Amino acid sequence: MRFGAVLRLLTAALLLTFAAAVAVPALAQQQVNPTAQAVQERQFLDALKNNPQAELQGRISIPDQRAATLERPAGRDWRAFHQGTMLRITAIGILGMLAVLVAFYLIRGRVRTEAGPAGRTLTRFNGFERFMHWLTAACFILLALSGLNVTVGKHLLLPLVGPQAFTNLSVAAKWAHNFLAWPFMLGIALMFVVWIKDNIPNMVDIRWFLAGGGIVGKGHPPAQRFNGGQKALFWVVVLGGAALSVSGFFLIFPALAGGVLNLQFWNVVHGIVSVLIIAAILGHIYIGTIGMEGAFDAMGSGEVDLNWAKAHHSLWVEEEMRKGQVAPGGPRLQPAE
Amino acid sequence: MARMKFLCDADRCIECNACVTACKNENEVPWGINRRRVVTINDGKPGERSISMACMHCTDAPCMAVCPVDCFYNTADGVVLHSKDLCIGCGYCFYACPFGAPQYPKIGNFGTRGKMDKCTFCAGGPEADLSPAEFQKYGSNRLAEGKLPLCAEMCSTKSLLAGDGEIIAQIYKERVVKRGYGSGAWGWQTAYKETIAI
Repeated sequence: MRFGAVLRLLTAALLLTFAAAVAVPALAQQQVNPTAQAVQERQFLDALKNNPQAELQGRISIPDQRAATLERPAGRDWRAFHQGTMLRITAIGILGMLAVLVAFYLIRGRVRTEAGPAGRTLTRFNGFERFMHWLTAACFILLALSGLNVTVGKHLLLPLVGPQAFTNLSVAAKWAHNFLAWPFMLGIALMFVVWIKDNIPNMVDIRWFLAGGGIVGKGHPPAQRFNGGQKALFWVVVLGGAALSVSGFFLIFPALAGGVLNLQFWNVVHGIVSVLIIAAILGHIYIGTIGMEGAFDAMGSGEVDLNWAKAHHSLWVEEEMRKGQVAPGGPRLQPAE
Repeated sequence: MARMKFLCDADRCIECNACVTACKNENEVPWGINRRRVVTINDGKPGERSISMACMHCTDAPCMAVCPVDCFYNTADGVVLHSKDLCIGCGYCFYACPFGAPQYPKIGNFGTRGKMDKCTFCAGGPEADLSPAEFQKYGSNRLAEGKLPLCAEMCSTKSLLAGDGEIIAQIYKERVVKRGYGSGAWGWQTAYKETIAI
């Protein structure tokens, strides 16, 4: 009984397979029109409307699988970004920041130490802290200039120096960018490790911001070693630097990025974050040099005047006094008139 | 002046890859670079088509727009060429190109891609026509000899057409009308913002 059922089933299956084998080619000839089913560029582009990241891939017989992509229209969006949005962001970020700084200088003027120099100094940044700051700063300036050259160089510099000189300069800038990236990343990492303990945001910073930071309005709100603005800059530099490092890593090792669509993405991240950091650093350079009396000493000699420190970082001075870091005694001897 | 274009009649392409080989030989293209390739879509399914693709010499070319050193230029024939003396190997043209045409001799870690290489429509480069320097950098300059690109010239089924855009569009139209079907001028909508209306 059971054997008979299996036999019947097998026979039926065999017959069916045979019938199908005979029928299928005949059906194909009559009903399947291969030309009607040929995919057209129009259909592909219509399908893209829902998925702009799509690539049309096929099979290829040459041993380079990257060549199997027939069309990848996503480059159009990247082009629109690079030739439009990126230029606008760069212009607004940098020219806008410069305009704000000039206007600020004209209205507010240089921030003076109201009490005048005390003649006594205390150490604000030791040699290692200054080393890591200037390491990062020097790399950053060259990285920023060589990076800006890629975005705006052909509009600003190329007409001035001519094609071959501009290419030579751009090649040098590319090498500088690729190799200075590493000491820059080291500098960012060192600053993060050394300064994070003084850069945790707290209530003092909120009060500092609410009081206008001593820049807008009168008087200096109390601040610790780093005030709210400096903490904000610290986090912009550390987080922005991390974003630049990750995106730059893939741009420098394109084989690890996993395809051109990822390279486009990292390029967009790298461009936007760069402009934000350049704008922030322009403000930082302003306030550290011409914007505020006595500020440059902190990163120059590392020694700041006591009255400057009391005005700008009152809580830090109190702490240093408690720790006995500030030598007691009167003003330094003045030279005889 | 003619506006030079490529057109691959996919209904005729038999995926023999002779265009790929002819291009490599004619232009002595560096190892690892294929200026032209044949891609088969819907492989093994009804409606399978093979399309020979290279640089399409786009109208308002993306590579030209994004190049940070402006090393690209258009010839009077609408061919998109570039100067390997000015190229810095940054890879931007490769990011922007919809056809994957720009290629580099090296992998590119630390910006060491080398000078970009792509199809020249057998029209050489900025050096003097038919000079050894031009051949060494860009390959053959058949246009200067009054000939069309070799890939299309030797295509056995005349699937790949190269020449004045209006003339090759007319040839394709006549074929489609005569045989009653056509899978379209692949890449035209993307490259030239127009397709061939039949």
